[in-house]
Amino acid sequence: MWEYTDKVKEHFINPRNVGEVENPDGVAEVGSIACGDALKLTFKLDENKKIVDAKFKTFGCASAIASASALTEIIKGMTLEEAMKVTNKDIANYLGGLPEEKMHCSVLGQQALEQAIGNYKGAPKKEPGEQIICECFGITDREIERAIQENHLTTVQEVTNYTKAGGGCGNCHEKIQAIIDRIYSGAVPEAKVEKKPRLSNLQKIRLIEETIEKEIRPSLKHDGGDIDLIDIVGNRVIVATRGTCATCHAAQLTLKGFVEYKLRELVSPELVVEEESP
Amino acid sequence: MKTVYLDNNATTQVAREVLEDMLPYFHDYYGNPSSIHSFGGHVAKKVTEAHQKVASFLGAKDEEIIFTSCGTESDNTAILSALAVSPDKRHIVTTTVEHPAVKVLCEHLAEKGYRVTTLDVDGEGNIDMNQYKRSLSDDTAAVSIMWANNETGVIFPVEEAARIAHDHEILFHTDAVQAVGKIPIDMRNNAIDMLSLSGHKLHGPKGIGVLYLREGTRFSPFMIGGHQEKGRRSGTENTASIIGLGEACDLAGRRLDTEIGWTRQLRDKLEAGIQKSIPNVRINGGKARRLPNTSNISFQFVESEMVLLLLDQLGICASSGSACASGSTETSHVLRAMGVPNAMALGAVRFSMSVYNTSEEIDYVVDNLRDIVRKLRQRSPDWKSAATPLMYG
Amino acid sequence: MKTIYLDNNATTQVASEVLDAMVPYLHDLYGNPSSMHSFGGQVAKTIREARERVAHLIGADPDEVIFTSCGTESDNTAILSALAVNPDKRHIVTSRVEHPAVKALCEHLREKGYGVTELAVDSEGRLDMEQYEDSLTRETAVVSLMWANNETGVIFPVEEAARLAHDHGILFHTDAVQAVGKIPINLRDTGISMLSLSGHKLHAPKGVGVLYVRKGTRYSPFLIGGHQEKGRRGGTENTASIIALGKACELAERNMEAENTKVKYLRDKLEAELLKRIPNSRVNGDRVNRLPNTTNISFEFVEGEGILLLMDGFGICASSGSACTSGSLQPSHVLRAMGVPFTMAHGSVRFSLSIYNTEDEIDLVIEKLPPIIERLRSMSPYWKPETSACVNV
Repeated sequence: MWEYTDKVKEHFINPRNVGEVENPDGVAEVGSIACGDALKLTFKLDENKKIVDAKFKTFGCASAIASASALTEIIKGMTLEEAMKVTNKDIANYLGGLPEEKMHCSVLGQQALEQAIGNYKGAPKKEPGEQIICECFGITDREIERAIQENHLTTVQEVTNYTKAGGGCGNCHEKIQAIIDRIYSGAVPEAKVEKKPRLSNLQKIRLIEETIEKEIRPSLKHDGGDIDLIDIVGNRVIVATRGTCATCHAAQLTLKGFVEYKLRELVSPELVVEEESP
Repeated sequence: MKTVYLDNNATTQVAREVLEDMLPYFHDYYGNPSSIHSFGGHVAKKVTEAHQKVASFLGAKDEEIIFTSCGTESDNTAILSALAVSPDKRHIVTTTVEHPAVKVLCEHLAEKGYRVTTLDVDGEGNIDMNQYKRSLSDDTAAVSIMWANNETGVIFPVEEAARIAHDHEILFHTDAVQAVGKIPIDMRNNAIDMLSLSGHKLHGPKGIGVLYLREGTRFSPFMIGGHQEKGRRSGTENTASIIGLGEACDLAGRRLDTEIGWTRQLRDKLEAGIQKSIPNVRINGGKARRLPNTSNISFQFVESEMVLLLLDQLGICASSGSACASGSTETSHVLRAMGVPNAMALGAVRFSMSVYNTSEEIDYVVDNLRDIVRKLRQRSPDWKSAATPLMYG
Repeated sequence: MKTIYLDNNATTQVASEVLDAMVPYLHDLYGNPSSMHSFGGQVAKTIREARERVAHLIGADPDEVIFTSCGTESDNTAILSALAVNPDKRHIVTSRVEHPAVKALCEHLREKGYGVTELAVDSEGRLDMEQYEDSLTRETAVVSLMWANNETGVIFPVEEAARLAHDHGILFHTDAVQAVGKIPINLRDTGISMLSLSGHKLHAPKGVGVLYVRKGTRYSPFLIGGHQEKGRRGGTENTASIIALGKACELAERNMEAENTKVKYLRDKLEAELLKRIPNSRVNGDRVNRLPNTTNISFEFVEGEGILLLMDGFGICASSGSACTSGSLQPSHVLRAMGVPFTMAHGSVRFSLSIYNTEDEIDLVIEKLPPIIERLRSMSPYWKPETSACVNV
């Protein structure tokens, strides 16, 4: 039995926005009945180019229905720019998570959204040069690459969970592995960072303090400068520069090029360093 | 007539708590844990819990626990898997005193062309670690050494042996069927790759076992079919028994100290009582490190079968050698390997206690055993000629 | 909420009579049947009775019955034994619709270099006997064909197939896990060399199965260890479950008529009413040669998991051959082998009944299912209400 969250079950039993918008501005149909998952998404924009209405029809399992329902709820009220930033993770998070084996349902939602926006903008359905990797489910290299990069996937099984690619006859497993290898060999720092354990907020704060104390401050002091940690808001690290740094016209460069670089390397790649506003 | 059960190395009583945990899963919650409906899903949760209980008892991770149908299946799986993942290695190291589940399999593999080294044991049943070290080679695919012997209770230094195998990058398996629940075991403190245990030796039901498989150990399944146990052991989960074994492990963990203390007290009492009242006895493996619950005693000049039959008439259950080897008329391969003289081996009786035995039961056994042995010896021509010098010599 | 259990091909309820028969052998009479003492010996006697009861149900001799831990073990044992006793034959004949216990094993053997012929089935799930006969060669070591299919209930003419194999001097194994207890089986006059059955499919507990091996059939054991089951299957006997299986076989014999009248009536009613009330639905598989308890119905343009979960809301348990529920990403291999179109395969639901189902339960399913399908179809991009105009062909 699949372990669905209450939110998934609730959206499956009472799905929101089922149907098709009349005279839609964007339309997408992704997946196919052969694959066992298909989603038709339609949306309508208001005069400010905000999504006023979005509806779906889906053929698929409970999590496919719930993902589509969640997607329409997420994007309603968004501008197209905002909607374009919605990822499969947002869909899964909205639902309180999906079982690993069902992540492809959220990916399908993201694909539908992207295609519907593309449809509105008049873009072609598939980018030129795309190549089908998984024949069973018709999954392309671009789709696989994207799922790997956005979700930090490292194994073929994970790629299958997220895209279905490789879940049929299994003949494409080598090709998928090759894509994984290519991506991580081209982006070594990211791959390295990926292996670091996820930090709790408290751990993160301590680690940032420690890094500033041990790694950053001594170097700055050497040049007659100093730095104070003011606040940490999510991934924003707010600092104040002192001494020569405060007047140095290259301070911005120091902040980004040295402080941020060090913190990203030693704590978390997602950190952004900002100077305290005067 | 009351049963005095001193044959707990053969099988044990399913504990009351274990039975109670199992019972709902036959008639009421009989769903298949692989089913998608919640009726099956409920059972799947209980099966997951059982994985956790066994794992925490062994100091293992949940995914390192694979449920099997018995100790024999676990042993077969472990050894055949080790061979399958190292197809170019053709050598196995084991001992002369293993349980048939390992011993007979290794003999079978020897016939199929594998080279099998069986390590000797000394008079007390201990292996020689130097012989062990010398036996390992580049060609060795697996070592399988039992944690504790079923007949004598002698404990092998498997953790040390595993470390040595590990240094040689050889997979190490231990048949811990007799050890689990009787001595403390913590898989976090050793390098053992695979370990077998059996439910019915620790107050779980028969028909359920576990293969512990250390994370990262290469594995090739024995039973092939469905995706159960993460594809490592096919066949519909034996839900009630899995749940029962989970509880049995939990129970064993909770009362291990009591179990060790109490069975040792009873065992020592039994041995002291016998040695005091019956001449010409020998405790096999008595000077070795031993399980607290097991006593293997030879009564010279009598045949163990006769002792057992007479004990049986009084409701006392014990055994000669292992139940699995009975049916054969030979003396125990374990005692032979220890060099126990034939006259002694023929009269060997194994008593194995559990936490459920009482001090009164031991008194009852000692009292009756004295009479039984005396009676049998009076009929024995060997005894008459040997008795006097031995008794006073 | 009351559970309406229509998933009896997945597993069944342990019958009350069966549970009553087995429980004493867990806590009270827990002896090891191989033990010498009468505490164990009395269990051995009950096991003998159980063996006779199993043998009686399938028209076999008690000696031909080997107890195993499950259907998967029986299947694995049979096929591997046949290969082991025919070391120079490297070909296996089976079908595309076998249970994973046979199918996955044969795929594994193919990787190891065996030739495997997987016989196709037609759209009704039937074998082509000519193709079958053509597939038998001098190289063929074993044929393994299921007696009845677990997903569709379609019955293969295994007795005829066994005769042909026998004429060619080829060992014939049948996975009869779904057939035993549902249709009469008499092995005496057939050419079937080996047959697998599983306890939990006929109201006995999980974790016990049987491999029937015809007298005189050459055999090589799978689990190697002690001398249990006359040296044909090592491992302490799962006494309580074996005794339970004996009782379940006795019950099955008694209930055989009800299975083929009452259960069949309920199945037929369920099927007819659902087809009548739900447009674009169809039965998968041969409706003539079919188990009396099974129906596999496809509801076009919807996905099985959703159907099951919504039915689960009413306490109705069934299963599906859809991708989402098959544990893989593709719909059931059985439906694919039958060429069921994807629009139909994903929306397949298997109902499997038992003698414990009532007409009220069936009526409730007939009432609840049509609105469920309608609701899911209203969400499906492929469903056009006007399509329904062309239904009921």
